[in-house]
Amino acid sequence: MALYRALIELADDHLVLGHRLSEWCGHAPMLEEDLALSNFALDLIGTARSLYAYAAEIEGKGRSEDDLAYLRNEREYLNCLLVERPNGDFAHTMLREFYFAAFMEPFWQAALASNDKVIAGIAGKAVKEMAYHMRHAGEWIVRLGDGTEESAARMQAAVVDLHPYWEELFSGGDCDALPDRAALRPAWEASVKAVFAEANLDWPEPVYGQNGGRDGMHSEVLGRMLSDMQYLQRAHPGATW
Amino acid sequence: MYSQGLIGADSRTEETDEFLAAFQARIDAEEKIEPTDAMPEGYRRTLIRQIGQHAHSEIVGMLPEGNWITRAPSLKRKLALLAKVQDEGGHGLYLYSAAETLGVTREQMTEELHAGKAKYSSIFNYPALSWADMGAIGWLVDGAAIMNQVALCRCSYGPYARAMIRVCAEESFHQRQGYEIMLTLCNGTKEQKEMAQDALNRFWWPALMMFGPHDGDSAHSEQSMKWKIKRFSNDALREKFINATVPQAEFLGLTVPDPDLEWNAEKGGYDHGDIDWDEFWRVVKGDGVMNRERVQMRKDAWDNGAWVREAALAHAGKRAAKVAAE
Repeated sequence: MALYRALIELADDHLVLGHRLSEWCGHAPMLEEDLALSNFALDLIGTARSLYAYAAEIEGKGRSEDDLAYLRNEREYLNCLLVERPNGDFAHTMLREFYFAAFMEPFWQAALASNDKVIAGIAGKAVKEMAYHMRHAGEWIVRLGDGTEESAARMQAAVVDLHPYWEELFSGGDCDALPDRAALRPAWEASVKAVFAEANLDWPEPVYGQNGGRDGMHSEVLGRMLSDMQYLQRAHPGATW
Repeated sequence: MYSQGLIGADSRTEETDEFLAAFQARIDAEEKIEPTDAMPEGYRRTLIRQIGQHAHSEIVGMLPEGNWITRAPSLKRKLALLAKVQDEGGHGLYLYSAAETLGVTREQMTEELHAGKAKYSSIFNYPALSWADMGAIGWLVDGAAIMNQVALCRCSYGPYARAMIRVCAEESFHQRQGYEIMLTLCNGTKEQKEMAQDALNRFWWPALMMFGPHDGDSAHSEQSMKWKIKRFSNDALREKFINATVPQAEFLGLTVPDPDLEWNAEKGGYDHGDIDWDEFWRVVKGDGVMNRERVQMRKDAWDNGAWVREAALAHAGKRAAKVAAE
């Protein structure tokens, strides 16, 4: 069941992050970003669906993608803590997106060569999306880091706030069909360093890295997100929507 | 402002009788008026007001449905709703762009919305209280909007008419999507069907109000018809909507909340009860349940994002200076 577990980790990452981004819809700093953030959310939730569907098939217990998304509680969610972080301001949102996409892009790149055809198929679509997320979020990090005094301060504050959370990206998921996550760290660090240099951002001193998401140990914010997300499914058990 | 040099957009066109007659002749000949053409100031102002209101309606209209994105009951529904709300943002963008061709900026229009000077469709001042509202809004609100917008595809002002062609294609998809949500609920549990009926009860009358006051009470109608900005009267479009929608409600097994609704074989359409125009004007004037919150949410988004927009401009300035120095 190593593959099932790894798929759930990834699917939860995508759904939780997509859900967070969807919270921006109608509230972004400009109309163009309402559209862009919605697109990101659509990409991520779309990938989550493919991953849940495949996980359900591997599990073989007749569960659907919606059963997996809507009927597991917070201790069963295996997403990393980074993706559940609240949106914060636009700087936080863009940095969280960049950290995630800079991990997933090389992940899917490597997964293209997977001997599992379903995974290679999902990777084929997702790799292009993640490259675009990296580009769009990266450009914003540069604009904000090298914009006004206020935006630079906010961007640097986001870097400090999210610093405890990025290392968890490289944990979990040992199985043959998927790339080794720890091996992606140099590529991730290179992408982040390049953007930080252009954005005049400082890489903070090491801090204690928070993790536990892969074991279902979350911060308090995930439970609230799920109670929102799962409300109708929980209030009307067995109903079709 | 980049459009100041446009002929007719700078108030410098002299509106002689000859000019006005020639303009009307172009309209009567079904020619499209384009941004660089001379046009009467009244025509330009009417379009700025109407397209601006239309754009604001799309943007404010993102909020009631946005209220359910995080609570959509399945992953498929979540994606569909998010994509729909995103489409509305896209419509807002085309429409602001169409209005900008007339010599106004998006920022000016946004400020007018936030100051309460510009209106948007009153329907969005009603709250979205249940998942069934996502069905009812798509089915009824987008359905009513399509009736208006199909006619606008032939509007005399070229950029508006062209924007409407794409908008209509997407709206008609939204309408079917909304109806399909209603259908699923009506085929579901007792509670789901009650949810659907409740949504119809709450949105039916406000949807009828979307067509605006009766023809006799409509301030801008006559001139707009003459200029072919508007092609059909408010009442004609409202009747058309009722005639199309009542059989759809019957198919769902839902009851339209109008005891006076009756088929009139002679006119080949439905007779309906009186619309509560006091409610209409009250909500238009700012006293609907959600008026204050809707505008406040838009203001908050704008104000909270000010530093982002300033940073983007500052960064672009630095980039340009760097290129110039090289």
